[in-house]
Amino acid sequence: MNRYSRHIILPEIGQEGQEKLSKAKVLVIGAGGLGCPILQYLAAAGIGTLGIVDFDTVELSNLQRQVLFGTSDLGKNKALTAKERLSHLNDTITIHAYPYQLTYKNALELFQNYDIIVDGSDNFPTRYLVNDACIISHKPLVYGAIFKFEGQVCVFNYKNGPSYRCLFPNPPKEGTVANCSEIGVLGVLPGIIGSMQANEVLKIVLDLGTVLNGKLLLYNAMTAQTTSLTITRSELQIDNVLSRQDSFHEQEDTFHCEPFVPEIEIRDLSLYHNIQFIDIRECHETPKVAVEDLIQIPLSELEERLNEIDTTKENILFCATGIRSSNAVTILQKHNINNCFSLKEGVMALMAYYEKNVQEHERT
Amino acid sequence: MDLTIKYFGMLAEVTQCDEEVLSFSENRISELLKTLCAKYPMLEEKDFQVAQNNTIVAKESPIEHSEIALLPPFAGG
Repeated sequence: MNRYSRHIILPEIGQEGQEKLSKAKVLVIGAGGLGCPILQYLAAAGIGTLGIVDFDTVELSNLQRQVLFGTSDLGKNKALTAKERLSHLNDTITIHAYPYQLTYKNALELFQNYDIIVDGSDNFPTRYLVNDACIISHKPLVYGAIFKFEGQVCVFNYKNGPSYRCLFPNPPKEGTVANCSEIGVLGVLPGIIGSMQANEVLKIVLDLGTVLNGKLLLYNAMTAQTTSLTITRSELQIDNVLSRQDSFHEQEDTFHCEPFVPEIEIRDLSLYHNIQFIDIRECHETPKVAVEDLIQIPLSELEERLNEIDTTKENILFCATGIRSSNAVTILQKHNINNCFSLKEGVMALMAYYEKNVQEHERT
Repeated sequence: MDLTIKYFGMLAEVTQCDEEVLSFSENRISELLKTLCAKYPMLEEKDFQVAQNNTIVAKESPIEHSEIALLPPFAGG
């Protein structure tokens, strides 16, 4: 029995449609309330390449709606944990986890590997960043957002349609719109809205039905009422974004007051694959570490030796306490080297982790 | 003309209703918004767009249809 037989027997999809799905590359921003159902259905449907961007970790209060995660995932990175879960759901697709913040520096590069971008983020700075990066890289954007008992779904930047800025030209003043963590949300609502987003993705890939192109669908979970509003394309807004494309990388990210440094905790290490450790301590420092996949680049030499960093790997930088490795990651970010993480607890934790692993290995 | 005005998201919290019917004689959306802000002072500081007959329109547009909706941005995910 074919995994996709219930798709294939639909005349609207068939073998040909299923092949389109398997060739599709979809990037989902945020593996939260919206991201979980989006990812779950897209993975199950056989979308051939799925990307997941999320720097955040699973918290207990997420489990009421973020259905890919369980109690044992608390404290783990969401992108990596979602990838793990989804690869059990469908081991025939390729899943890429990006366990870091989407920024003006990395967005365009990331988007170019995908056909469709799905926004399941939870804040305005990210939503505007995603929208603008979609305009510049000519990618359709499947947008969804929720507030308490209400949700919005729309497809932007598709077949010459409007963008999110054609609806709301600028982000609201900071602090005027609350988010889920501040005011609460009905757990099933992101399930409904996220599933609608997944549906729009499938329609776009399969070229089926009527895509919500420039139609903002509003759903109220309390009344079960839906409203559909038409948005007109504003060339002014689109041109305005395009005119800034050359300096897009240099735009300031407004998500954090402090520069964001991706850190990993030692307990999450097993979630990372294709690891390259980088010891950034100076040569005289001890203890020396003997683990596989380790290179040494002292912090004082880092900027001269950037070419030694293999950007196809997850680079985990460590020092004695996690402070210098955090600075080192910031330096690498300035040079546009993004998949680097600072090991929060430092070298001693790394050694203890490997000793424990070796002992467990010997026992079995 | 009797206008039916729908409020979405946090705007419905400001107005304490999802929908209301209002008798209105002026002919611009901007004038309607002034009246609504006088009725609900908290509306003044909210960001929102206006739809008329289920199409987003500029706030300077003339009122040509009895169905008006006020839509705020949502960010939750």
